[in-house]
This record gives sequence, C-alpha cells and structure tokens, in this order.
Amino acid sequence: MIVSRQKPIEDILSSLDGCRSVFLIGCTKCATVCKSGGEEEVWQMQEELLAAGIEVTGSLVIDEACHMLRVSRDLRSKQQMVDDADSILVMACGAGIQSVSAATSKKTVAALDSLFLGNIRRFGQFEQKCSLCGECILTQTAGICPVTACAKGLLNGPCGGMDNGRCETDQESPCAWAEIFERLQKTPQSCDLESYRPPKNHGKVPKPGKLKLPK
Amino acid sequence: MTSTPSRLQQKLEGEQFVFTTEVCPPKGADCDTFVAVARELAPHVDAVNVTDNQGAHMRISPLAAAALLQREGVEPVFQLTCRDRNRLALQSDLLGAAALGVKNVLLLTGDHISFGDHKEAKTVFDLDSVQLIDVASRLCRGEDLSGRKLHGAPSFFIGAAAAPEAEPFELTLFKLRKKIAAGAQFLQTQAVFDPAACQKFHQAVAPLGARIIAGIIILKSAGMARFINANIPGLNIPDTIITELENSPHPHTTGIDIACRLAAEIKPYCHGIHIMPMGLERGVAAIVSSVSA
Ligand code: SF4
Ligand code: SF4
Repeated sequence: MIVSRQKPIEDILSSLDGCRSVFLIGCTKCATVCKSGGEEEVWQMQEELLAAGIEVTGSLVIDEACHMLRVSRDLRSKQQMVDDADSILVMACGAGIQSVSAATSKKTVAALDSLFLGNIRRFGQFEQKCSLCGECILTQTAGICPVTACAKGLLNGPCGGMDNGRCETDQESPCAWAEIFERLQKTPQSCDLESYRPPKNHGKVPKPGKLKLPK
Repeated sequence: MTSTPSRLQQKLEGEQFVFTTEVCPPKGADCDTFVAVARELAPHVDAVNVTDNQGAHMRISPLAAAALLQREGVEPVFQLTCRDRNRLALQSDLLGAAALGVKNVLLLTGDHISFGDHKEAKTVFDLDSVQLIDVASRLCRGEDLSGRKLHGAPSFFIGAAAAPEAEPFELTLFKLRKKIAAGAQFLQTQAVFDPAACQKFHQAVAPLGARIIAGIIILKSAGMARFINANIPGLNIPDTIITELENSPHPHTTGIDIACRLAAEIKPYCHGIHIMPMGLERGVAAIVSSVSA
C-alpha cells in the first residue's frame, strides 16, 4: 500500500489561505490504514477547519481515490457542494490527489505527503520493502531486496561501512547484505553471492510510468 | 596520454614496498595550501591520494585536485565514489582523469550522504563499487559501458577499498573477490588496528592476486579516537589505544608512535602502507622511516 502522512495543520491552513470554504476528500484504502485520510481523519480535519473559520461545504471518502473514473463519478454526485467550495482539500496519496485535480477545475490542495510503497508490520507500523524498480531481483537475493533495504541500493554486496552486520547509516538496523548472507547460510537457495550483478536498467520504468494491458 | 604504468603500479608489481598518503581537497577554490602540503609529503611517499567529497562533505572535485598534483609532479591516486555521479558522469570523469595524465584510481562506493554537510541531497549510487571497477576495466579495453568504442583507451591502475576488520568477514570476502574479478589490481584497506586481522586478511586475499596497501591512521588524541569510533563508518579503535593516548603527556607524539608501531607490525601482511595523517603531516616521514629502517 501507499504510505502517507498528514502535513502539519499550519501548512495545510497556509495552503488554504484566502479560501473561505472547502470540500474535503478522503480515501477508504491506504490513507485509511495509515490514519492519514480515512473517515475519522476527514471528520477531525473538518473540526480543525471550522475552528480556523473555514466553512466545509461537504465531504466524501472515496473507495480508492487513485481510481480516476470513480473519483469523477463520485464528485459529480456531490456537484453542488463541490461548486460551493473555494477549493478541494484532498486527504489521499499523490495519485489520489491527482485523480481529483484531473476531475475538476477547482483549486486542489494536498493534505498529505506520500512516502513509500509499504508493508504493514503491525497496526500503525509500516516498512518499505520494495522501491518498484521495474526488474525484480528478489530471486537472486534470497528474497530480500537490497535495492530498497540497503541505504545505498548496492547490488554486489556490503559497503565498507558495514560492521557486525549493522548498517553504517543506522547502528540499530541490520545491513541488508548481512541479512541476505545470513539467510543464505540458513537455507541455501538457487542464488549465490559470488555472481556479478550488472548495473540496473533504469530504462525499464519510463518516467512517468505507463502500462497498458493488451486487449 | 601515455600507457607507461604509474610509479605506484611499477613498484607494486615489482614487489617493492610502497607508501601512500592522502590530502583532502579544500573547501573553496584556493588550492595553495593543498598543493603545498602534497608537495611536502611527496618526497616520502610513492603517491598521494585525493579524497572524493570525503564523509559526504562537499569540497573541490577530486579530478581537479588530482590534475593539480599531476601538474606539480606529484603522483596522485584519484579517488572516485558512486555517491554523487551516475554512470555517465563516472565514465566521463575517468576519461577526463586519463586525459590529464592521472593513472591511479581508487574506486569506492562512498560514505552515505547522511554523514555529510548536504544531508538533503539526493544520493545517486547508480553503480556500486564492483560495477564501477568493471566500468573502468572496460574503458581500459577501449569500450564504454554501453559497448561503444572509445577514441583512445585509458590505462588505469585500479584500486578498490577493503575493510579487513569488518564482520562478518566471509561476507566482505565475497565482495572483494568480485572486485578483483572485475579488475581491481590493488586494495587499500580501512585504517587497521589489529595485526592479527591483517594476517587473516592477507592469507585470504593475497592468493587472489591483488596487492594490499594497508591503511594506518595517525591519531592526535583520545578525543579524536572516540570521535572517529562514533562517527566514521567501519573504524573501530581499540580501548587500549585510546587509553594510551589519554595517559600520554604528549598525545601527538604518542599518536605517531602508535602508528609507527602498528605499521611495523602489519608490514609482513601487506605490500604497502597508506598513511592517513589527519593533520599530523610530520608523522608521515616518521612512519615511513621507521618501517623502512
Ligand atoms: S528488486 Fe526490490 S525494488 Fe525491484 S521490484 Fe523487486 S523488491 Fe521491488
Ligand atoms: S551497511 Fe549495508 S545496508 Fe548499509 S549502506 Fe552499507 S551495504 Fe547498504
């Protein structure tokens, strides 16, 4: 899921400078799990906006704000409230915010910062395991991604800062390569540390990324 | 551009013991002191390393610094890291160095941005050190990373870094074997403190064919040693050394003595010594003469 975090309220209020009324949008999926833009957070935001003297014309928590067609349809169902607002404050990831900005000509304000594609360790604890590199090498690295877990994304083994299996950037965290090594010691797999891994092909994911499934 | 090997390469390949040291390029465009220090050190050593934005602190380009030394007749070792440049920039800097007469290169991953003075910068790491060594070898064979022919191939003496005291040792060995297979001809180690670890390292690595230049750091004080332990990745100065510095009435002299002693102890396990003077430049001559005696 996409891990996101609410911007400080002062920043949100300063982005809304000059707006007297706002329509609020949240998302039932990732932003709900991250407690950054679910039903509850949208309601809290409404309270904070009211306290700051900003009128809330209405709100909507969309089922997958990244779904562009659904966002247009849902916005149309609240057309009047949207029209009455000076701007739309979106409590969803950057993809969700842009489904909204694509569907309306209103000023669209981002309430969240989008952080990473994350796994859920336990409730309220998220970890990045994959950086969407476009050519997955997990089969060759014992199921642990060095592109993501290594602070330098190194493909051929640990850097000179690794010691006692810890990462140079954070003595509390294991070095990704020490983890891969340890896992290979325990369960030999069809991969080995000896083989040279060539540089990544960054052309695999065009920027911006696009994918169209064949009909 | 000539293909005569560097003095460092000739001596190491001729089984002669070598000494190198390093000078940090300045933060600023005035290189007078930098050049003066390098010139002062040069008569004692075979080559002088120029570090690349060491510790992720922004300084003048090591390529420019290496070229300045080359112009002064001081043989440089051009250090190049993967942290700040993508594969195009790395190759073009390597070719640029060759065109300016620089032959010795030490190819490194680079300390993480978070240690430095531009913590908000984007880290690059488009290549890692093994891939960079492979790229330098390809350039020497007359082609670039995309397989295109070069107009004039450089000839480098390629070095890589090693950390003999890091654990797990087996894991660091995997990477070293890859570095040597990719074309590393010499290995410069992190500062070492434990002769036994150097012996073990020598046994494991010497058969692979690369020459070993062991790193020796000159410690000025117990405070500096503690600072290094806390802030420099991969360096572990033992408590016995810190206590020795702490109890000394003349820590600078003691620091140089410790370095001389360590250098003599590890000499049997390496082909050369790289001295990191850390501001105590007078220690370089002392270490060289004590080891050579
Ligand atoms: S290699 Fe790592 S970053 Fe790339 S797709 Fe696989 S898990 Fe994701
Ligand atoms: S210590 Fe390990 S995880 Fe950390 S940057 Fe170095 S190689 Fe990557």
